[in-house]
Formats: sequence, C-alpha cells, structure tokens
Amino acid sequence: MTGAHDQVRAAVEAAYRQEWGQVVATLIGMTGDWDLAEDCAQEAFASAMATWPRDGVPRRPGAWLTTTARNRATDRLRRDSTGAAKLRELAVLDRVDPGPDPGEPAAEEIPDDRLRLIFTCCHPALPFPARVALTLRTLAGLSTAEIARAFLSAEPTMAQRLVRAKRKIAEAGIPYRVPPAELLPGRLAAVLAVLYLIFNEGYSEDAEDRSARRSLAAEAIRLGRVLVALMPDEPEPRGLLALMLLHEARRGTRTREGVLVTLEHQDRTRWDRILIAEGLRNLEEALAMRRTGPYQLQAAIAACHAEAPDAADTDWPRILALYTQLTALTPSPVVELNRAVAVAMVDGLEAGLRLVDELEGPLDGYHLLPATRADLLRRAGRTAEARVAYERALELAPTEAERRYLTGRLREL
Amino acid sequence: MRYALLICDDESVSPSNDELETDPVHQRFLEELQRRSPEHSGVRLRPIVDATTVRVRDGETLVSDGPFAETKDFVGGVVIIECADLDDAIAIAAGHPYARWGGVEIRPIWE
Repeated sequence: MTGAHDQVRAAVEAAYRQEWGQVVATLIGMTGDWDLAEDCAQEAFASAMATWPRDGVPRRPGAWLTTTARNRATDRLRRDSTGAAKLRELAVLDRVDPGPDPGEPAAEEIPDDRLRLIFTCCHPALPFPARVALTLRTLAGLSTAEIARAFLSAEPTMAQRLVRAKRKIAEAGIPYRVPPAELLPGRLAAVLAVLYLIFNEGYSEDAEDRSARRSLAAEAIRLGRVLVALMPDEPEPRGLLALMLLHEARRGTRTREGVLVTLEHQDRTRWDRILIAEGLRNLEEALAMRRTGPYQLQAAIAACHAEAPDAADTDWPRILALYTQLTALTPSPVVELNRAVAVAMVDGLEAGLRLVDELEGPLDGYHLLPATRADLLRRAGRTAEARVAYERALELAPTEAERRYLTGRLREL
Repeated sequence: MRYALLICDDESVSPSNDELETDPVHQRFLEELQRRSPEHSGVRLRPIVDATTVRVRDGETLVSDGPFAETKDFVGGVVIIECADLDDAIAIAAGHPYARWGGVEIRPIWE
C-alpha cells in the first residue's frame, strides 16, 4: 500500500513539474487573474494528491489538473459578486465542463497558453529581476521561498517583487499575448535573456546547494525545451537550448575536490554524451534555418569543444571564426577576451596577448582578464610576468574553487 | 486602457509650435495617434523658465520658480490616449519626435 502511495506521490510530483506552467497559463488566459490562477492550480494539485491514490492516476494528468483548476476558479468566481463578469467569459468554456469529475477531456479542448505566459512574464516594462522571479514562479512553479533562496534574497523581498510585478501587469495594461511579428525579435531576445540568466545562476551552484533544492540550471533547460516545442520555427531558442545542454554536459568535470578544472584539463570521458547529443541535434536544426544569432554562435563554439576528442584536437580556427562573427553581432569586451584566446591558439600567443592588453581599460577589475593573461604568459614562457598576472587574478577571483586553481598555478610556475 | 504620455526632454532642442506642425515625424505621430487612439487629447507645456511650483508645508504656502522635479529632463507636454494595452501605448510613444532626443514616459491613468 505504501508502495502504491509513493507511486502516486511521484506521479503528482512529476505532473507538478510537467504541467504547472500550463495549468497556470491556461487559468490566466481564462480569468485574467494571476493570483486566482496560482491559487486554483495549487488546489488542483492538492486535489490530485487526495484523489489519485483512490481513483488512480488519470491517463492525461495535465488535462485533469487544468479542468480541476478551472472548476475551482468557476466556484470561486461564482461566490464572489465581482466575479460575475469574468464568469460570463468562462461560460463559453463551461460547455465543455464535464462536471465535478473532470474525467478525460480531449487534448484540443485545453489551449496551451504557456507561450503567452512567458512573453508576458518577460515583458520589457517589468524590471529584469521581476521577469526572472515571475518566470520561475508562474512557469516553473518554484515557490517564493525557493526563488528567494536561489537569489540569496529574503523571502518577503521576493514576495514583494512578485506582487509588484503582477500588479504592474494588471495596472499598466501589459497584454497577455505572444507579441506580433514586428515586436517578436526584440521580445524573444528578452525571453531568452531571462532563461539564460536562470541557467547561469544555476550553473554556479555547487554540489551541496544542488542536492538541497531544485536546480535552476535544470529548470532553465526544461523551460528551454518548452520554448523550443512552442516555437519550433525560431532558431534562437534552439540555439540557447543547445548552449545550455552543452554546458550542462560538462558540469560534473568543472571542479575536482573543490578546485576549478579548466576546459583543457577536464576529463572528457565524464562529459554527459546524452546531453551533448541533444545539444548538437538542436544546434544543427537551428543552423539549418539559416538565421544566425548570438545563442547559435555561442552554442556552435561550445559544440567545437564538445566534439573535440581531446584539447589538442580542438578546431581553434573555427572557434576564432565564430567569435569574430559573435563580436560583430553583439560587441562586448568579454566576447573580445574570449576571441583573444582563440587568436592566441591560431595566430600565436603574442598576437593573443596584444588583444588581451587592449582590454585592460574596459575589463578593469574582471578576474578573467588577468587570469587569461597569466595563462598566455605562462605558455609563452614569460614566467615573471605570468606570476604578477596570477597574483592579480587571485586578488579578484570571486570563488574559492578559482582561488585554489590559481594558487596551484602559481605554485607550479 | 487610458494612459498619459509625458513628453520629456532637457529643453535643449525646443522646436516652435510651427516647426513641430511641419515636422514630418510629428505628422506621422499624429496619424498613428489617430489610428491607434481615436479618443485622445493633449497639451504642450511652455518651458520650465515659465514654471512655478507650489508646496504647502506645515500650513504655509511656499511658492518657488522652476519645476518640482530636480531631474535633467522636464515634462514638455502631456497627451492622454485611450488604446488597447501597453504595447499599443509604447507604439504611439515611440513615434513622438521627442522620443528621439528626450523620452516619453507612459503612465496609466488612475481611475
């Protein structure tokens, strides 16, 4: 009996991760009320926990949950006198309402509003941190406490941020829709930026953090897959998904006993081949659409590393060409720094060092500037200068793993 | 939704009303305004040298010259629009000539 109960519990938990976003999105689409949508979704999952052990897991849990949540919303609005107008809108949907037992509605009766939801969460009129929090709360279903922990802020602060964002959506008239074609490129870029930030926030989590809470990197990848499925003809979401997968595949090898391991020295036999294959497949499909973009280029660079059997076999001329394209598309000193490394590998260390030195001003205080410089100087045999650069990098390095790595390097000089 | 568009700049350009009237960008703005928000009204404000600010503190009326806000940009005009949503308001605001050198602040009307 306990076994069966655990099975149902696991089914509800799986449904929560799979279906939460869609249930909330559909309810917002029906009622226009974000808080009501979240409350009713929550109740639907609680109801699943109570009834699935008795009745069994429905064939299509998502449809069951959406219908249950919708019925809750109808009940609440019926009880609330101001809900009458909203209820008239819902009446259209009531025709497919199968009653208190949702049964098994056909898939086409449930609209997938997740795309509308993600574009609304990432609207440029909302402050960037609010876009991130709102996406994690409404689409991924993280609790306010989980989001607060992930971003090292206090729970009331995070709750306040979510409340203000939802209020602005309502009061400033931010539309609940997928933007029209003329707005799409800019708005899609905003969505991708939110997903990538979530991923990067998760990418720096250490193993101890990750076991204790849902991984942000995994959530970002999950949302990336959803976005790709909802916008199959857009190349950049696939580019971003590929980029995240290719980075995620290397996660386990980035540190050893608390010390940073650079790409060159990572144990490639431990890279996750399944994630790499999924990443490469997505990249290939994106590139086939022949509309390049910054995420596709970054993924293509990550793919060069993922495909190289060992560091010495890395296709540096291709990486250099990709970085050159990336600098043209999205000029930034950090991209220039990465390009300088590729130049060093293709045209020689001195050529790379010249470019690194030019970035002294714009990247002042960024630890990877002296760290990169130190590495190139060491390879060039300029030991004394390398020592100074390593020491400077050590002063600036933000994590313990990086400091340990740099200390090790200094000792080896 | 009704919004107020606050047309702001630092007053370094300040075209005359006649110049604005013949400015093709402003003409296109008016056409787009008419199309997206048939119900609208607006006023242009004289420069801040003509402004007076009134404050009442502890029952005392304090009158001072200049605008209240101590910012680089000042409100030079107000347009009240009625349109579908914020994206529509953004589209209208983006067409205003002042958006090119100043900025347009979109404020939902509290009603």
